[in-house]
Amino acid sequence: MRIRRVLVLIAGAIVVAVAAIVGWMVFQPGPYAFAKGSPVDLAAYKGRPPTGVPPELAHADAATRGEYLIRMADCEACHTAKGGSRFAGGRPFVLPFGTIYTPNLTPDPDTGIGKWSDAQFLNAVHKGIAPDGSHYYPAFPYASYTMLTDADVLAIKAYLFSLKPVHQANRPNTFGFPVNQRWLMAIWARLFNPDHRFRPVEGQSEAWNRGAYLVEAAGHCGECHTPRNLLQALDQRRKFAGGVAEGWNAYNISTDRNDGIGDWPPDDLAVYLAAGHAKGRGVASGPMGEAVALSLAHLTKSDIAAIVTYLRSVPAMASGLPKAAGPAPATPKLANIDNPVGKRLFEGNCVGCHAWTGAGAAADHARLTGLRSVNDPSAANVVQIILNGRGKPGTPKPYMPSFARSYSDAEIAAVANYITARFGSTPSKVTPADVAAFRKEN
Amino acid sequence: MPPAPEAATGLPRRAVLYGGAALTAGLLIGIELPWGAARADEAVPAGKRFNAFIHIAPDDRVTFTLPAVEMGQGVYTSQAQCIAEELDVALDAVIAAHAPPDQANYGSPVFVVQATGGSTTTMAWSGPLRKAGATARAMLVAAAAARWRVDAGSLTTESGVIAHGPSGRSIRYGEVADAASRLSPPTEIKLKEPAQFRLIGKPMHRIDTPDKAAGKTVYGIDRMLPGMKFATLMASPVLGGKVGSVDQSKALAVPGVAQVVVLDDLVAVVAGNTWTAMQGLNALAIEWAPGTNAGLDQAQLWTNLEKASLGPGVVAKRQGDAPAKLRDGDVFEESYELPYLAHAPMEMTNCTVHVHDGGCEVWTGTQVPGFAQTGAAKALGIAPEKVTINNHMIGGGFGRRLEVDGVIKAVRIAAHVDGPVKVTWSREEDIRQQLYRPLYHERLKARVENGRIIAWHHRVTGGSVMAHWLPPAFKDGIDSDAVDGATEVPYAVGDRLVEYIRHESAVPVAFWRGVGPNGSIFAMECFLDLIASKTGVDPLAFRRGMLDGTPRALGVLNLAADKAGWGTAAPPSPFGTRRGRGIALMNAFGSFLAAVADVAVSDAGDVRVTRLVIAADVGKVVNPDILEAQIQGGAVFGLSAVLFGKISFAGGQVEQGNFNDYRILRIDEMPAIEVHVVPSTADFGGIGEPGTVVTQPAIANAVFAATGVQLTRMPIDRALIAKGA
Amino acid sequence: MDLKINGANHQVDVPDDMPLLWVIRDVLGMTGTKFGCGIAQCGACTVHVDGIAIRSCQLPVGTVGGRAITTIEGIGDTSAGAKIQKAWIELEVIQCGYCQPGQIMSAAALLAANPQPDDDAIDAAMAGNLCRCGTYVRIREGIKHAARA
Ligand code: FES
Ligand code: FES
Repeated sequence: MRIRRVLVLIAGAIVVAVAAIVGWMVFQPGPYAFAKGSPVDLAAYKGRPPTGVPPELAHADAATRGEYLIRMADCEACHTAKGGSRFAGGRPFVLPFGTIYTPNLTPDPDTGIGKWSDAQFLNAVHKGIAPDGSHYYPAFPYASYTMLTDADVLAIKAYLFSLKPVHQANRPNTFGFPVNQRWLMAIWARLFNPDHRFRPVEGQSEAWNRGAYLVEAAGHCGECHTPRNLLQALDQRRKFAGGVAEGWNAYNISTDRNDGIGDWPPDDLAVYLAAGHAKGRGVASGPMGEAVALSLAHLTKSDIAAIVTYLRSVPAMASGLPKAAGPAPATPKLANIDNPVGKRLFEGNCVGCHAWTGAGAAADHARLTGLRSVNDPSAANVVQIILNGRGKPGTPKPYMPSFARSYSDAEIAAVANYITARFGSTPSKVTPADVAAFRKEN
Repeated sequence: MPPAPEAATGLPRRAVLYGGAALTAGLLIGIELPWGAARADEAVPAGKRFNAFIHIAPDDRVTFTLPAVEMGQGVYTSQAQCIAEELDVALDAVIAAHAPPDQANYGSPVFVVQATGGSTTTMAWSGPLRKAGATARAMLVAAAAARWRVDAGSLTTESGVIAHGPSGRSIRYGEVADAASRLSPPTEIKLKEPAQFRLIGKPMHRIDTPDKAAGKTVYGIDRMLPGMKFATLMASPVLGGKVGSVDQSKALAVPGVAQVVVLDDLVAVVAGNTWTAMQGLNALAIEWAPGTNAGLDQAQLWTNLEKASLGPGVVAKRQGDAPAKLRDGDVFEESYELPYLAHAPMEMTNCTVHVHDGGCEVWTGTQVPGFAQTGAAKALGIAPEKVTINNHMIGGGFGRRLEVDGVIKAVRIAAHVDGPVKVTWSREEDIRQQLYRPLYHERLKARVENGRIIAWHHRVTGGSVMAHWLPPAFKDGIDSDAVDGATEVPYAVGDRLVEYIRHESAVPVAFWRGVGPNGSIFAMECFLDLIASKTGVDPLAFRRGMLDGTPRALGVLNLAADKAGWGTAAPPSPFGTRRGRGIALMNAFGSFLAAVADVAVSDAGDVRVTRLVIAADVGKVVNPDILEAQIQGGAVFGLSAVLFGKISFAGGQVEQGNFNDYRILRIDEMPAIEVHVVPSTADFGGIGEPGTVVTQPAIANAVFAATGVQLTRMPIDRALIAKGA
Repeated sequence: MDLKINGANHQVDVPDDMPLLWVIRDVLGMTGTKFGCGIAQCGACTVHVDGIAIRSCQLPVGTVGGRAITTIEGIGDTSAGAKIQKAWIELEVIQCGYCQPGQIMSAAALLAANPQPDDDAIDAAMAGNLCRCGTYVRIREGIKHAARA
């Protein structure tokens, strides 16, 4: 009897604990709850409306405004396959439980969204519900997009409908049980999608509110830069403390002075967002490179400034990254780094642009010293850029070739470890198996 | 026992195959060519041509118009050595000029057509060029003898001066050139005996080096013309695809872009400089119509090839009844597969063209000026005579410039451009849009009895280069190049059957340094190691036992093994704990080479070649220093191929594009290379390619020794030899 | 824009982001410096900027400013460059020659900075320069030969 009682008690305690943990995960602060002031309904907001296009474009034609809004929401990056037609979908995202392919957003009636009504489109973007009633996976950031106004969402739809239809059937995802149970997603949406439009904060500046709309609703920055909890929802208590995107570390963008962007002068931040590179700050690559190229680079100066204003208001959140190392000596003798394979690859393939000192040979964008990625002991982004490269050859934009095809896992691990040992604060210990795993990410 | 390959006629096999009547083609002594046809980089003063090769100006300047093209292999120097030897002029006084398209005068005695390749230059041209030099010398001497009224036999020549010993008189070549050229050439010509050689066989300095070291050499890509425009191009990324649609406005909006040329299969942008043209091309959003090859995939290409290799083949060589003997007994069988390869010479494909007044002028570096001329003419629908080809020093050929696709594309573009235009390919375009070394499947079968091979079956399957490049050499269903190295082997292997199966895919194919023997000899040498390993004998001893009939082969094999310390362990290396030593032999191009490779293999399967010892018997040698350089360079070419070389297709597109993914060996990955040359009086052999051919199986065999795994598909797949794989 | 190349001043009217390689080759017609890959993987385009070997295909001309550019056409006027060129001729390093302007520029920069380079230093300085003809054995010997001169 006593044993039964004890068991019941234990079971009860477990239930309570689980409920508490789940509750902790579910009942989270909103994305900008940190801000002083009181959120109000958009209609009640007295300042300049933070939604829609910026004032510079207020009188532009509908096509221009629609294109601007779709850039703000960066739909193209995910909904375009490598080498495929714009917005025709088919881009794979490799997740721990399978691969998901983005759907076709062109107005093709059979394979795209050509037959969708406005209500159906709003339902999809705000609630994550497809016209057939099924729920999307939260890889589609509708929990952010839900903050977009109806007008903005419909302007995006109008823009999509102005495109040439591309007949390209959607590919089914490859999820296994239990993730393939779509009804689970309905529960997820209930828990984690607030399903309400953006609420400006009285007491914050107009620029801040515009920035909040751009960052939280349209730009969905937190989807990559905020860590996730066990239920795959953003952990807003650790807002912008860094996450992972397609195997790349999406670094801390809170105002922590070491781990985040707290010590970046606002101008650096603005230049980085608009151009993908600020002096001494490395080059936006991987998913961030796409965000710059397809979205941020197209935003107006005032919108970039608004984003900077907002980002600089986010509380500092440490994530335990080491302090960046200073400049490295030029000696090829290599300060006793016992890594002949790494040295060999570095001198053959890297020195041409990055220089022996890691200070960049021909252009600042090739600098290695002082970069977050090089001072990240996981070396994830170092491995990623060696594998994937960035940009297109033969243009003035920063370009790095991909070395995935002809260099082995062992070679890439060796050169990544060599780079962090020489130019970073903490040598990484990437193994060939790690590189093999990174290769599978994309 | 098979006849020793070098026995036959003293001529290289290929010459015997289809040389025939052409052997005299280079020797039309006394024919005056209008000088304008052969444009040297420097203006040549009025003077006299003695024949198609030699021109002597009144100021004594001697210009040699050289039939074989210089692309790094040193033939300008070795050809000049041959002429200068017999003409008695100093080598550094000679000006070298590129031969114009003129098959009658410069057609290769080996290929008939005017072509430089296949390691044939020295074997083909040393004779005719020496004769040309000796003939011209005899005419100069005769003219001097007539002037002085003395017996020609009493005159001597040295460094461009004719001397009459008894009277102490002397006269320079330039002074008698005019008179000499009016004489009819002598019918009997006596060449020097080897003992009299002052240039041939000596490590003379190359005549092209000083300019190259100073950056003064003008390659095709360096040609500048007044009013020239610059263009770059992109052809359909999917093999054989067409341009669907292209909005030109984006390119034309780039400042400095002059014009967009849209042809059915490619788009070119013309601008004030190459960079701007590239920016214009980048700005274009081209919609391609991919066509029928969009599904082309590497795995499928391999499968199709393997299926084709199941036969039946065309018999290239039959000796005894190998199939009957292979029915029972100790029979071994294995297939070896070789990938598509790009040439990737450092000078990428480029061509400058001016189409005007119903004709066309072309500036480029080509191994085949005649093909360039006819190709350009055909593209424009004009007569070949209306096309002038100005040949240039070549920044690496390796077979890439035996094809004229780059000339034809440039001409097609230039037809739409006003004034001269230089079309420069990006590296990516050069790697993705060329003709490749064919995919080869080499199927081998052998029966061993009492430690000796008594029956041998070798079946070569692959795309035929000869079929498009030199159709007469593709006879009765056999590509004479693809089976080169298989039909004649140095080993006694009993009854033999060699077959060939032509299997074409959509991928266009071309010669590639080492040509057919790269495949056939690689397979044979790997297969011998497989048999040796399975029968538990030493690979060197196994080979020695089959070489009684070919002493030159045995000689190089023993020399390489000795110098490499065969029988001792390969030395330790920081690059891997598993170490191995491999040996290989090759006989092709009229030469014999053996190589011993030492490798270290890391746990992850990365291979580091630590040492290469190569022994060579190439017969007589024109220039031993160039010979050594060619073996070293050829070996590096083979190293890159066996370690990294691969062109693969996905969705009808080449997956590689630049040196980041089409990997070339770097200086810090180099093994030590030792070259040992056997002195020989046998006929001149070829040397541009053997180093490439022999190195690859030596490395593969060393990896086999180190890991116990014989890789049958190249390049080395590290996953298969990673520790625990 | 003003450029100082091999001691001479040149005025060019080109966009800032155009790589120096193309300014030298196509605009100024100095074709000794070669285009080999365009992505800093081959070294054929190597020039010196204030004595440092740099891949000109990656160097936006607008960032050069008043720094002194040396190309293969002018490297013979430096003592290290002259030694390298002499060694290259004496040892017959060159085959097709297309990569060699870049090799010579890299080797000259090495020798100027390190008059007695060992194998490790040669690897470090020369590994970025590809040679498809495979002249590496002689490049190494050539540098050592020049160092002895
Ligand atoms: S062209 Fe600049 S490194 Fe290759
Ligand atoms: S000499 Fe030809 S590429 Fe180096």
